Parts: sequence; C-alpha cells; structure tokens
Amino acid sequence: MSSLLKVDGLVAGYGRSQVLFGMSLEIQAGQCVTLLGRNGMGKSTTIRNIMGMHAPWKGQVSFRGAPVGGLPSYRVAQAGIGLVPEGRQVFPNLSVRENLVATAADRRKRASPWTLERVYGLFPRLKERASNFGNQLSGGEQQMLAIGRALMTNPELLILDEATEGLSPKVRQEIWAALGELRREGMAILVVDKNIVPLLALADYHYVIEKGQVVWQGDSARLRAAPEICHRYLGA
Amino acid sequence: MNSMTHTHGGQTLLGMGKGRLRVAVTVVLTGLFLLVPVYAGVAGDSYSLILFGRVLVFALAAVGLNFALGYGGMVSLGHAMYLGLGAYTVAILSHHGVNSGVVHLLAVGAVTAVLAVPVGFIALRTQGIAFIMITLAFAQMLFFVFVGLKQYGGDEGLTIAELSGFGALTANKTALYLSMMVALGLALALLRRVVASRFGLVLRATRINERRVRAVGTSPLGYRLVGYVMSAELCAVAGYFLANLTAFASPAYMAWTVSGELIVMVLLGGTGTLVGPVVGAAVFLLLEEGLKALTDHWMAIMGPVIVLIVLFLKDGLWGLLGDGESGKGGH
Repeated sequence: MSSLLKVDGLVAGYGRSQVLFGMSLEIQAGQCVTLLGRNGMGKSTTIRNIMGMHAPWKGQVSFRGAPVGGLPSYRVAQAGIGLVPEGRQVFPNLSVRENLVATAADRRKRASPWTLERVYGLFPRLKERASNFGNQLSGGEQQMLAIGRALMTNPELLILDEATEGLSPKVRQEIWAALGELRREGMAILVVDKNIVPLLALADYHYVIEKGQVVWQGDSARLRAAPEICHRYLGA
Repeated sequence: MNSMTHTHGGQTLLGMGKGRLRVAVTVVLTGLFLLVPVYAGVAGDSYSLILFGRVLVFALAAVGLNFALGYGGMVSLGHAMYLGLGAYTVAILSHHGVNSGVVHLLAVGAVTAVLAVPVGFIALRTQGIAFIMITLAFAQMLFFVFVGLKQYGGDEGLTIAELSGFGALTANKTALYLSMMVALGLALALLRRVVASRFGLVLRATRINERRVRAVGTSPLGYRLVGYVMSAELCAVAGYFLANLTAFASPAYMAWTVSGELIVMVLLGGTGTLVGPVVGAAVFLLLEEGLKALTDHWMAIMGPVIVLIVLFLKDGLWGLLGDGESGKGGH
C-alpha cells in the first residue's frame, strides 16, 4: 500500500534563513500521526509547505500518490487535505452554520459525506451556537468550528496545527475526544502539538523534529519507553 | 425576511427589537419616497422629483458599490466609471437614433460586463492599496477617453434629445421616479438573497481573509470577480437612470470624486448592510442640498459632519439600528 501523504526531503525557509533541513514523514490511510517539537523547530513551516502556502526550496510532497508541490493551496485542499490552521482562523463575519457550509464540498463523492448534522453530532456545542457569528465564540468553540469547517470539505487527511493551543484543559479534553472519534471512523490525522500525553493514546506514530529535521520517530509504545526523548526535544 | 434578520441582526441581546426597528424604518422611508411624486404633483414642484430621483440613483449605485466593498472587501475607487458608462450608453445610443428603453437597458448590461470583466480580472490580482489604485486608474482612463470623444461632446458632455423609450411613459418624470424605486427595491431583494446564498457566504469570507478561504479548498478569484461585475452592473443601471433623469451624460459623472462620494455614502450609511447605503446616499445628498441653501461655505460643515459620523458610528447610520456584518476588524 502506498502512503496517503509522503513528505520527502523538504528544504525550505524564509528569505535567507533556512528553517527545514530535509524534513521527511509519511502518513498511511487511517493513521494518526503527530509532529512534535519545540517552538521554532519548523512544525508550522512543514505544514505550510505541505499545503502549498509556501514553496519549498527542495524536496517533494505527494498526496495519494500524486505530487502536490507547486499547486496553489486551494488545489491541495481540494485534493483532500483538510487544514485546521493555527490560531483557528474562523470567519468572524459569518455565523457558525455559515462558516460550515460556505466552503463545504464533497469532491470525491464519499459514501457517507460530512453534513451539518454530523458535525453538530461531533460538537453539540456548535449546534447551540449555530447562529452566532464566528467572533462571538470562545476559543474552544472556534477550534471546534475550524475542525468542523475542515471536515465539511470531506478530506482524506485532517491536519491540525496547534489545535489545543491556549485552550482550557476541559476544552482540550473535548477536542481530543472528538479526534479520537474521528480516528475510530478511519480518518487519517496529522496533529502538530506540544502536548504529548494525550497524543500517546490518540496517535499511532510520532515524529519528533528539531531544527528542521526529524530527530526521532516511532510508535506510541516506543515513545512511552523513551522519556529522555520527550525531555530532550520537547522539554517535558 | 427571515433570512435577513437571521443574517443581519437578531444576534445581540437587543437584536430582536433592533430587527423590528429596521423594518419599521424601512417602511417609513419607503413611504416618504412614495410621497415625493404626490407632493411634486400637488405643489407643482418638479425639482423635488429630480432631487429625490438623484437620491435614488446614488442609492442604487451605493448599494452596488457596497456589494463589492462591504461584502466582498473590494475597495473600488473607480465605480463612478460604471455610473458614467451606463449614462453614456443611453446617450450614445439615443444620439444614433436608437431610442428603445429595453435596448438601452440591455446595452448597458452588456457594455458594463465587457468592461467590468477584464478590469475586475486585472484589479483582483491585487489587494488593498494596489486594488484601490488600479480601479482608480481604470476609471481615470475611461474619464479621459470620454473627455476626448469630441463627437460625443467631449468634456462638455452629451445632451440626450430622446430619452429611453417606453411607449406612452417615455420621458414621464413620475414614471421614471417610480421605476427607480422599483429598481432599487429589486436590487435590495436580489442582494438579500445573494448575500445569504453560498456564493454570498464565500464572498463574505474572502473579505476577511482570502488565504483562509484557499486553505479550505476554495479559490476566491471567481467569486470575487462575479461579485465585482454584479456590483458594477448595479452602478451602470444607476447610470442609465441618471442619464434619463438629467437628459444628459457627462464625463463629470465618472470623475474620481464621484467614486469617492459613493464610498462616503456607503460608509455613512453602514458598510456590509443592505439598506445602509440607501440611507447614506439620502443623508449625503439631502444634507448637501440643505447646507447649500444655508451657506456658500457648506463644505465646511458637511466635511466635519461626515468625519464625525464615520469616526463615531463604526457601522454607519444604519448600524444604529442593529448589527451589520460583524467582525469588521477581523482578528
């Protein structure tokens, strides 16, 4: 089986400062993978390069066997990657319901496509707030909305960039629980985060990056057995 | 009405009351506009019909501009170009002996599309200041084209001998006035549906952040271009009415100051609200008229009044009656 997403030897940066020094990672269909690392190690830059928001200097990104490098970001998203961007970025001038339906699409004609009801089922809070505008939501609700908005594009892979940043522990729990549910339904997920403990249970495989490259990779059991990795690269 | 109150109001604690207040104000305003031809007939004051006719023309143009500006975030400083183009289409066709009103309207629509599609396509490659400058540049180009067209009057403009023909109603000022009210009503009804449609949602989303729209798999250009062209068409129809109201087409209609005034009307009434620009156009033109009657130095009063309203009423005059497109500042 070929991998769903394959990132191969990405070298990238901004202006003269290089950020990625040969990033490589792979995600299989239905797999939940994390990208861990301290601030400034290149996690977000990796995501930006995958999504076509930033052109890499070298290296390749392919999704479902086809290269997506050089495509504009909306084409990458259309190919089946649902991004939940850092900082949530919901549309403040649209209501919750409008945020969900504005960019909804079922481009690959799924057997059971995402609908408003399914998103509301996953996040009942969004249903309660359906007619509230994006800027009238709490941070947690905005995060749920951003996830719902991505799901409404019926992606094959969901990428969450710092999904629980700045949220209360209780809301984090809700988000992790929802991701667990998505995972059981077979959704492939790439999680970028600094919290490791909840991810050990959620994810199958982990990439730890430092200074723009992968310094450690392995499954949850191996990561659990290697506390020094967490301590050394993640400061936890 | 449901979809409108759903989208524009009824969101805050006071929302319901304000939603109803808006309906009441709309009804009262419509009644007042309807009284104008009655008053003009009874008092024999045809000037009032022309004055309020101008208000309706600019209201329609401002509503059109606001669709691009308030909902699509496209700050065009060149929309007077379409107002003038609509007027010149009528004048030039009439000049060549084509007087059918239907032909005039169809030609206005077609000519505007032919100009607005490429202009929009080029201008929408840019954002912010560059977009403002490009739209201004195109408007200035068209302005000087018409100044240079000596066979159509050059900078003196072109008098329209035969107005748009609609049988017995041709050149009837009251019929013209009422048809402008109908056109404005239709435009508002149409836009209310469009704004709440999926197309409208994406357009409103692009106003906040185009990159964000792209990140969720939608290319904004097509949506923005259609929005821009629709907005231009409404301005051009306003130009069609302006030509018939004044029996005249002039390059002055497409001066950049007119584009600026349209923006002021939108801001005054409330960006991103449907009816706001109508209120803005009415207040702007009637205030101007009133102050001119009072003093020669009317600009010295008008300017500060506008500055104060825009400074202190973030959502414009219409915003006093409830929420507009919220999240204006983004984040």
